[in-house]
Amino acid sequence: MKIKSIVLSAVLALCAASPAAAAESVTINGSTTVLPIIQKASEHFMASYPDISIVLSGGGSGTGLKSLLDGITDVAMSSRDVKSSETKLAADKKMELTRTVIAVDALVPIVNPKNPVKDLSIDQLRDIFSGKITNWKEVGGTDNTIVVVNRDNSSGTYECWKELVMKDAKVMPKALTQASNGGVAQNVATNPNAIGYIGMGYLNDNVKGLTIGGIQATSETALAKKWPLSRELYLFTNGKPAGNTAKFMDFMLDPQLGQQDVLKAGYIPLAK
Amino acid sequence: MKTRKERFTEWLLAGISTLSILSMAGIVLFLLLDGLPFFKFYPLTDFLFGVNWYPTDDPMEFGILPLIVGSLTVMTLATVIAVPLGVATAIYLSEVAKPGMRRIVKPFVELLAALPSVVIGFFGMVVVAPFLQDYLGASTGLNLLNAGLMLAFMSVPIICSVAEDAIYSVPRELREASLSLGATKWETLIHVVLPAASSGIGTAVMLGMSRSIGETMVVLMVAGGAAVIPTSLFDSVRPIPASIAAEMAEAPFHSEHYYALFATGIVLIIFTLIFNATAFRIAEKRNSGIGC
Repeated sequence: MKIKSIVLSAVLALCAASPAAAAESVTINGSTTVLPIIQKASEHFMASYPDISIVLSGGGSGTGLKSLLDGITDVAMSSRDVKSSETKLAADKKMELTRTVIAVDALVPIVNPKNPVKDLSIDQLRDIFSGKITNWKEVGGTDNTIVVVNRDNSSGTYECWKELVMKDAKVMPKALTQASNGGVAQNVATNPNAIGYIGMGYLNDNVKGLTIGGIQATSETALAKKWPLSRELYLFTNGKPAGNTAKFMDFMLDPQLGQQDVLKAGYIPLAK
Repeated sequence: MKTRKERFTEWLLAGISTLSILSMAGIVLFLLLDGLPFFKFYPLTDFLFGVNWYPTDDPMEFGILPLIVGSLTVMTLATVIAVPLGVATAIYLSEVAKPGMRRIVKPFVELLAALPSVVIGFFGMVVVAPFLQDYLGASTGLNLLNAGLMLAFMSVPIICSVAEDAIYSVPRELREASLSLGATKWETLIHVVLPAASSGIGTAVMLGMSRSIGETMVVLMVAGGAAVIPTSLFDSVRPIPASIAAEMAEAPFHSEHYYALFATGIVLIIFTLIFNATAFRIAEKRNSGIGC
């Protein structure tokens, strides 16, 4: 049985023409936003499949997709969809990038519980973060200077915020910087005039999540794509996943297995 | 005539000290190898004098002037607070305190040096920051003043113990001569002892400055992290070490951002080298100075 599976995976590996998949390993590379999920899931996966090892590295969505197209990784993690240039490159190489949604990432703008402001629009959030709106009274709050708390430039959370809220505007240099979701939450919890943003998994009683245009951030609104600050997280493979890669993808999508790791990593699992 | 054992010990000790020089050289080498490539695609003047730090936006901007200014202002503030405290404590310990009192105070000062920086940072975050917000009207307690205070905490023990050594090593004859000429104890201290110990105190100050410009954890936790040139004590700043520590973990390997952080590290090491070299020079001058 075991010999058969080794032979089978070897044949599959040859078929897939990806030398990194030879023997019993699956190589995964890409987005650092998706990384924590796969990190947890791969430990969990390797415990159930001791004969398959997962070689995992970060480097960003672009790097992951590039290595997939270069044939040096089996699976690419990505926090964005493929760009047209990447689809074209794949077509040139006679490859087919196959997208699998594995989780949903949702950000929530947060303020101190003492702050009377409950709801802001995306435009207001952008103006606050870019420094156009500087006082809470401009958005229906008290007459106090807004203290903007941002994430460090290299985090995936910042990247997501930039993409979904800031668009072409830049976060003002005056914004405070925290290096973690927990740091932002702590900062906002202790400063009545602060505003920040965190992954939905990090919400707690010491901070108040804002609604955007009357919509509240919940797993349901995020999955239904009503919550504007949510995005899907993907794994990309070349063609339909096969062999060990398929085993891993099935594991990842199983509500009792991989999806539990999604939850543990602070993201939203897919609806059952 | 040396025995084999002696020669062996000599070689062993020489080897061990070479090891520390080699590791220092290795660290500098790798810093240069990973930092210098940055200047192939980004001009040095834009790097040093640019005011915008947007390493992951499009277009990327790598101006570290706010970071350099942040580091220098925090360090200056910490030094201004720590030097009078450290030197005064040193004077008290070596000139004024009775031996019993000295036995109690000195361990406490040394204990301050042993406090892990994360503990001091935590103190700044949960005690000092809310205080600055609630009682002094700062819009955020994570600011220049908070970072300066916490760094002063960390450099007082260094300044104090080095300065105390310097004051202590002023020869007895000098004091006795001064006192026998009718000077009071206070006059002797101000006009004889402190001038004689001044180079040692200078070394203490330099080491304190070097300590506070390189400190990472405290500034990461309490400086606020705004990459702007501060205009008031309540403005947040982002000193160089805080920026490197916050961004390095997730900067893609061998990306522009990665190289830029290493280049920032080079700037930081140049600063600390300047302070340490100055401290060394002052100490050398002291050894060749008045009979100390």
